[in-house]
Amino acid sequence: MSVLTRRSFIELLARERARELLDAGTFRELLGPFDRLKSPWLPLQGIVPQSDDGVVIARGRIDGAAAVVAAIEGAYQGGSMGEVSGSKIAAALELALRDCERGRPVIPVVLFETGGVRLQEANLGLAVISEIHSALVALRRHVPVIGVIAGMVGCFGGMSLAAALCTQLIVTRQARLGMNGPEVIEQEAGIAEMDATDRVAIWKLIGGEQRHATGLADALVEDDVEAVAAEVRKACRAGVCANPRSTDTQRFLSRLARIDPAHVPDPQSLRRLWSTM
Amino acid sequence: MSGRAWFAALTSNAVTGGSSTVLSADARLGDELARFIAVVPDANNRFPRARQGEVGLDEGWILAREVREVLRADAGRIARPLVAIVDVTSQAYGRSEEMLGIHLACAAAADAYASARWAGHPVIALLVGKAMSGAFLAHGYQANRILAVDSPEVLIQAMGKQAAARVTRRSVEELEKLGERIPPMAYDVRSFAALGLLHRLIEGVRIDAPTPADIDRVRGELLDAVRDVRKGGRDLTHRLSGEAAGKARAASIEVRRRLAEQWDVD
Repeated sequence: MSVLTRRSFIELLARERARELLDAGTFRELLGPFDRLKSPWLPLQGIVPQSDDGVVIARGRIDGAAAVVAAIEGAYQGGSMGEVSGSKIAAALELALRDCERGRPVIPVVLFETGGVRLQEANLGLAVISEIHSALVALRRHVPVIGVIAGMVGCFGGMSLAAALCTQLIVTRQARLGMNGPEVIEQEAGIAEMDATDRVAIWKLIGGEQRHATGLADALVEDDVEAVAAEVRKACRAGVCANPRSTDTQRFLSRLARIDPAHVPDPQSLRRLWSTM
Repeated sequence: MSGRAWFAALTSNAVTGGSSTVLSADARLGDELARFIAVVPDANNRFPRARQGEVGLDEGWILAREVREVLRADAGRIARPLVAIVDVTSQAYGRSEEMLGIHLACAAAADAYASARWAGHPVIALLVGKAMSGAFLAHGYQANRILAVDSPEVLIQAMGKQAAARVTRRSVEELEKLGERIPPMAYDVRSFAALGLLHRLIEGVRIDAPTPADIDRVRGELLDAVRDVRKGGRDLTHRLSGEAAGKARAASIEVRRRLAEQWDVD
């Protein structure tokens, strides 16, 4: 694909991302900015709240199938999960589950762009993330559960677990997926453990390409609106996943058994070591 | 360490599975067996960043295995209760952990507990120490009911104080002050209870050296929680239904109410 015809998905804001993934003319936003559901906790700490709390929920269709997209806006508070932003995602997933149980499947698509819990809402952020996990696990029995990590924020903290619970995880080369962000590891374990300013090393370690090559993501796509949308459509057609990655205990325990903590392979060697497992 | 002490007390130390850092046993709870699981420190654990009670790579996947074993064994029978004894300092922070998928290991544990709950197993978390961040998400937060011993040693938070202070560009003192005013920012168990997330705060129990009477009290509370779960649903809506949640989580409730209104076009 030439650079001229490519349209960057990463450069789009959350609302546009959601719109692009849904069939033309079917996008309908729920709890939009005019509903003015803002964080009750940020103003108490002198931080200006935003009228959608940084999450866009949109219903619509993907290739004609009913879908709900939850798109996190990485440009607002680092895409962090507060009580309202996280509850919007949890509630959307819970309603999709209710419909699935009534025989009206709704396919959930989560666009991750998040550092994890919003520390200003700490324990409530963590609580709503556990509610998101719960709904994702239940939904998986009915429909494919689709996640997209495009970049450039990436997906970290408790929301990295949510991404891992998706049955179809789509990433770009610009994506990063990790539990603890590089800055946190540098702080907790020291700069010898990780240098948070070494971007090349970080992407080699937890970037989209490495995650895909080691079987921790299902599809690697170009940063292109049409390419991402096509991959999401394909994921919708995949149907219910018979063997979700996060339930595959035997396989991953044997993968770990191959690792000697005193001589951990570099990212390239890990690709080879795990390629057949 | 409280986790190990309470595991020993509630199971008579009858370890039947797990590993040196994930203790797992089936022990009596009322008239039936329940599976008790705890994550504990081991100074010789093979991954150095998971030696102080952290949930690391092996711990996440072994938690998942211990829970899933119950799911498989009880298929088509009465679903055994699961009791997660929670004293977890954090997830393991490290370069290798990230590369090898600590996020997936913790997700696998959360997945297993959630799957057990959705399958009808009463899942109870008993907080007897730290319940921190991703480690709590992996081990405990998927429970139908969360119980805690009332003690200053029980701490619940999204990130350790020092790290949270750095990330939010505040001092630890400022952070502690904020916690007094803003309940979700606090670390203590009473503030956590004020969010409606706690089913029962068990008072008057010695957390580090429980007496036989203390152990009986806690066992009784676990039993009550199991009965309560079996009367109700399998989802987590219970957390939003109490009086405390009505106040502290008004926004969570309002989001759900209004999203449901807008979900279908009339």
